[in-house]
Amino acid sequence: MMPDDLRYSREHEWVRVDGAIATIGITSFAADELGDIVYVELPEVGAQLKQFAGFGVVESVKAVSDLFAPISGTVTEVNDALRSGPELLNTDPFGAGWIAKVELADATEPEGLLDAAAYAELTAG
Amino acid sequence: MSADDGHRHTPLHDVHVALGARMIPFAGYQMPVQYASIIDEHRTVRSAVGLFDLSHMGELHVAGTEALAFTRYAVVSDPGTLEPGQAQYSMLCDVDGGIIDDLILYRTDEGYLLVCNAANRGAVVAQLASLLAHGDFDATLEDRSDRTALLAPQGPRAAELLSPLTELDLASLGNYRSIAGKVAGIDCMVARTGYTGEDGFELFCAARSAVRLWEALTAAGAGLGLKPCGLGSRDTLRLEAGMPLYGNELDRSVNPYEANLGRVVKMEKGEFVGRAALATVQQVGPRRRLVGLQMRDEAIARHGYPVVVEGREVGVVTSGTASPTLGERIAMAYLPAEHALVGSAVAVIVRDRPHPAEQVKLPFYRRPRPDAA
Repeated sequence: MMPDDLRYSREHEWVRVDGAIATIGITSFAADELGDIVYVELPEVGAQLKQFAGFGVVESVKAVSDLFAPISGTVTEVNDALRSGPELLNTDPFGAGWIAKVELADATEPEGLLDAAAYAELTAG
Repeated sequence: MSADDGHRHTPLHDVHVALGARMIPFAGYQMPVQYASIIDEHRTVRSAVGLFDLSHMGELHVAGTEALAFTRYAVVSDPGTLEPGQAQYSMLCDVDGGIIDDLILYRTDEGYLLVCNAANRGAVVAQLASLLAHGDFDATLEDRSDRTALLAPQGPRAAELLSPLTELDLASLGNYRSIAGKVAGIDCMVARTGYTGEDGFELFCAARSAVRLWEALTAAGAGLGLKPCGLGSRDTLRLEAGMPLYGNELDRSVNPYEANLGRVVKMEKGEFVGRAALATVQQVGPRRRLVGLQMRDEAIARHGYPVVVEGREVGVVTSGTASPTLGERIAMAYLPAEHALVGSAVAVIVRDRPHPAEQVKLPFYRRPRPDAA
């Protein structure tokens, strides 16, 4: 089940908006597809994210995958727990496995993303 | 074996699908890469017993009065030293000494069974058929791959798994030995071989018996922690054990000495395909060598990533992963012989940045000796 309070990109990232700050991460669908995640390359605090551009990397046992920013903005915080516990992306992708907090460059951007129902449809079957 | 999507199925395809395996195309087959978690399957093989379907692999049988003379000419090892029931690791090389495939050679009652990589089956058959056509050997080649299934229980509890299912004396079946007999009432060739770095067996049976054998093994293994394991964990297990994978560490541009497999080549046996080229390499030494790397930071080296020494690109990574057993990031790479030295520092370019690594001894992992006090 995809949480209702989030917005989703077609590249399987999620966004939780809280005022001017958006928390971003990867969806449970993406985590399952990747398999056991063993490494996350996080952006640096202060990095400028551009919507749909790459901002980091996740590696599973078998493969390397890019992370694509679901929104544009400035990174204000990263989830340091992922450095020693990348498996949080598998076990709790919508919670403790969040990746970064971003100060939104454009407050309307999240509205252009998919809602939970549309994302569930995208990933069905 | 049936086929769809242009990919062949092993006799266990429906079993894998029913178990929820993630199926991927591999060497022309639909194969399970994982059932639930590669890391969990990897640990199951290190601590208990995992069950692999390897029915995609090739089984080629050489028979005839000159089966030995022919096989001895075709491969780089010396099958003349094998008694019935013994096996050896070997390679098929071309005249330039390049590796066409690596394989396990079993002496059977009637000849020699060559178990080759699925992806190379066509190349191996073509090479052997060509040697037979141009040579003067009283020998025949039979491709038994499609009617043969191969199931591999691997791990420290593999013998415990099989013992109740067979009257064969497994305790006296040594490594690289095989014996014919029934397992769960099914005719098998039971070999104590594997590709995981653990104790384990490879069970060759008729394709039509594969599902029954799989079900008997999984039922018997329920109390031992047995889990089905896919190609993903097979790859991480063999990498920890420092074993080469054809297509990564081995290919036609690589000779056995470069791959640290010079011990397999038996010059003293007489003429064989590739001998002259390999004798030269043996005399002057290989120009490059396969080495083990351990990363000194969190980066993971992958197949194809460049290796640099003092800022200069000198080599390339052949395989790399985060080792589930060691908790380290490990890799194998080819380096020029003058740079191949255990303990020396190199860097691997991961996403345009150098990451420090140290050359370490292979294998990365060696299983604990069962009798060690």
